[in-house]
Amino acid sequence: MRRWHALLTLVLLLLASPTLAVMPDEKLADPALEARAREISKELRCLVCQNQSIDDSDAGLARDLRVLVRERLVAGDSNDQVLRFVHDRYGDFVLLRPPVRPETWGLWFGPAVVLLIAGAGAAVYLRGRRKDAHAVAVSADLTPEEEARIAALLAKERGEKRS
Amino acid sequence: MIPEIGHYALVLALLLAIVQSVMPLVGAARGNVAWMEVGRPAAYGQLLMVTVAFGALMWAYIVSDFSVLNVAENSHSLKPMLYKISGTWGNHEGSLILWVLMLALFGAAVAWFGGNLPPTLKARVLAVQGMIGVGFLLFTLGTSNPFIRLDPAPLDGQDLNPLLQDPGLAFHPPFLYLGYVGFSLTFSFAAAALIEGRVDPAWGRWVRPWTLVAWASLTLGIALGSWWAYYELGWGGWWFWDPVENASLMPWLAGTALLHSAIVVEKRDALKTWTILLAILTFALSLMGTFLVRSGVLTSVHAFAVDPQRGIAILFLLVLATGGSLILYAMRAPSLKTGGLFAPVSREGALVLNNLLLSTATATVLIGTLYPLVLDAMGGSKISVGPPFFNATFVPLMIPLVAAMAVGPLLAGKRADLAGALGRLWAAIALTAVVVLWALWAHGADSVLALVGIAMAAWAFFGAIVEMAERIRLFRVPLADSIARARGLPHGAWGTTIAHAGLGVAIAGMVGTSAWVSEDIRVMRVGDTATVAGYEFRLDKVEELRVDNYITEQGTFTVLRDGAVIATLYPEQRWYPVARMETTEAAIHTTFVSDLYAVLGDRTEDGTGHTVRLYHHPLVPWIWFGSVVMVIGGLVSLSDRRFRIGVPQGRGQSGKAPSAGGIAPQPAE
Amino acid sequence: MSRVVILLPVVLFFALAGVFAYALYFKELFTGVAHNPSELPSALIDRPAPEFALPALRDDGQGLSSADLKGGGAKLVNVFASWCAPCRIEHPQLMEMAKAHGVTLHGIAYKDKPEDSRRFLEVLGDPFTRVGVDRDGRAAIDWGVYGVPETYVVDADGHIRYRHVGPLMPQDMEKMLGMVRELGR
Repeated sequence: MRRWHALLTLVLLLLASPTLAVMPDEKLADPALEARAREISKELRCLVCQNQSIDDSDAGLARDLRVLVRERLVAGDSNDQVLRFVHDRYGDFVLLRPPVRPETWGLWFGPAVVLLIAGAGAAVYLRGRRKDAHAVAVSADLTPEEEARIAALLAKERGEKRS
Repeated sequence: MIPEIGHYALVLALLLAIVQSVMPLVGAARGNVAWMEVGRPAAYGQLLMVTVAFGALMWAYIVSDFSVLNVAENSHSLKPMLYKISGTWGNHEGSLILWVLMLALFGAAVAWFGGNLPPTLKARVLAVQGMIGVGFLLFTLGTSNPFIRLDPAPLDGQDLNPLLQDPGLAFHPPFLYLGYVGFSLTFSFAAAALIEGRVDPAWGRWVRPWTLVAWASLTLGIALGSWWAYYELGWGGWWFWDPVENASLMPWLAGTALLHSAIVVEKRDALKTWTILLAILTFALSLMGTFLVRSGVLTSVHAFAVDPQRGIAILFLLVLATGGSLILYAMRAPSLKTGGLFAPVSREGALVLNNLLLSTATATVLIGTLYPLVLDAMGGSKISVGPPFFNATFVPLMIPLVAAMAVGPLLAGKRADLAGALGRLWAAIALTAVVVLWALWAHGADSVLALVGIAMAAWAFFGAIVEMAERIRLFRVPLADSIARARGLPHGAWGTTIAHAGLGVAIAGMVGTSAWVSEDIRVMRVGDTATVAGYEFRLDKVEELRVDNYITEQGTFTVLRDGAVIATLYPEQRWYPVARMETTEAAIHTTFVSDLYAVLGDRTEDGTGHTVRLYHHPLVPWIWFGSVVMVIGGLVSLSDRRFRIGVPQGRGQSGKAPSAGGIAPQPAE
Repeated sequence: MSRVVILLPVVLFFALAGVFAYALYFKELFTGVAHNPSELPSALIDRPAPEFALPALRDDGQGLSSADLKGGGAKLVNVFASWCAPCRIEHPQLMEMAKAHGVTLHGIAYKDKPEDSRRFLEVLGDPFTRVGVDRDGRAAIDWGVYGVPETYVVDADGHIRYRHVGPLMPQDMEKMLGMVRELGR
């Protein structure tokens, strides 16, 4: 089974002969539409090559999808409509920006949750460091004599450093 | 015969690694000095044996000994010598030997340079390092032996994947592994400290140079990899948020955090529990990277040697090393004493913020990389997490990080004056504003993110420069005094400035090429010209050439600006008959502030022209230039005399036992 | 409190390691299906087959359109091409299903010259009831095809019930036959 899969991959690779990604004949005459097409293409995964957007891919299917995206745009679809059109056919996997729904909450909100928890941890830690600092400062209230002695020592040290 | 010697040496290395992981540990527990001392010769011996094994494999590649299965599968007699040599590690088995070699190298390095370490700590570090070696040697010998013979030997080999036949990729893995494996040593230090039950400023100082070595290598390795992607994949992309790239980025982010938190341990005897955890996690992420790349649990354009059997073996190693050390951590960490005190607004406070953001960034990359796998395993849908996700989550974390980066080094230790520090940065603020205005003028306000990005780049760079100027009181005292001050500064301070400035340069490159690239895709016939960003590309000829192990179709472009010839570019499309693969070789002319990039595509169907892609990539060389500057910063920091061997370790350093005496004097403000 | 925090990394790590182990090893053991990151489920499962109408490949005028998929029990739709090597590997299984088991099989010739597709079927045998020509691959996109060969199980109502990606090996054939039998009732 795995062997066959490797073979399939190989065939797909051969299909995807390294020509260039976007071809001259695909480009739309209208630069605004073409720019939107490029933008959309960056959101869509080339299913054959697994980890490239269709904008970056040489594969035949990626090319077909790029052409399709442009056709939909010319037909007057909005960017979202084009993405939905492809999503309807290929499912979640084709979207490089996963849709937000309960299943993907962990993905989309995970980083923020980590930041909040870690931030709270850091805040508690920093407060601890400071509170202790305060406590130490209070408990170690110096007598005027001691302070004078420290000032003298510090002055002496500074003098030594300069020399 | 030579492959058998290599095989035998590998077995001997395993035996030595077992000795190295057991005897010093037992010796340290029982106070038996003789047993503790065994660690050193064992580490040297292991290095020697692995070197012999690696040399034997390399020899088999150099002489094209196709009776060795590994060579037959990954080499070819016609391949250029450089790629015969780099082919040694261009495959799963060989790269594992390289991995083991570096592991042994770091073990031997700590044995050699560790004269100032307390004997028990050194013994334990060597023992833990030995254990990792045992794991990987067992893995190599058990599942990935490169010395297996082939009988009868084929007449010629199957050739190395042509994409790997490239100078950038020849040296990318060694540096990457040097980084990954370098973090094994900080891991060993952390585990040894947990066994000892003691972490003090001296530990922070001992672990920092090794972290720096690993970090600098990993930085270079990642930079080489992205540089390769940039010129080889043929459209100028340099980072794709691919799982394999993320696998190297995660240890880099965690390692960068470790580099900074170890400063707090060293200077303030604080943040110890966290730093130990970070040291463990950084190496765990390196191991996990290896696991992800080699097990096939994720799909990737770069994944190689995908084999579930090996995947299970690496997973086993990962669980043993990480799980074991995390359990040890859970047992011992609560007993680590918290040390020094500092206010939230202080250099230490800034370093805590750095760690907060960097570890959140690491977690973000981790979540993004593994979420599809976890969701799929739990029966959910199959999703893709691509650049749009990371651009939306990772990039926003970098903005406060870079913003704080320029301020942090200006803050005093323990308690600092934020307003004062910002006030001293007025020049950086002004220069950043100038850069942003320039960007507005040159490129418009179409992309707000690009303006924010370029502001960050400028802020990081000028912030670092101003910080250094402040330190040496440039323009405030006579120049000679400033120079004297600059000379007197510790190398660590210089390293910080250089590395931070380098990051600013690299960010500028990333922003420049992402936001302001110009591109033209068209069919060109010989004699045609095309204009991109004011540069005129003229296609002069296209010819077919036969070189070494490939056939190439080479185009010749002359690039002109205002009628004057700037460069000649020779993009190629290569065909490797043995590997049956085609590659495109982009031609790049760099002007340092931008790259002119030309790619030759297929001949059109009527045979009269070629599809070509032409690019102008502004600032893109800065990505790698900045990365190299960062590496230089790391190396300068590494040369700090505090890290040098044989230098007395400050006040009260007995050299026998770790003590709190190793606090370095604060750099003079 | 701090004990709990200290234990957190261990717990998280082992949970993650568990997921790795499951994906790599135990999933195949428990469910019989190996973890395969590159295999995708169809987005159209349990949904009606897309609207399409393809011209006939053969001279018999038996093209393929969505209307042909409604009624007449469960059927298979196979996407193939003459340039696709794995298609040759699965072809004996397709022949067996059509000839020995009487399964209705329709074909979509994907991005292929009609004369090449015809020669392919002449040489290897023709298991198809109807064959449509999808010269530009546009109908295949509507089906969500991402690599040939692909085989779909379509029920009597014209709903897609299952998709197999890659060559149909004998054990896959058994599975499909079972599905067709069950849906055909």
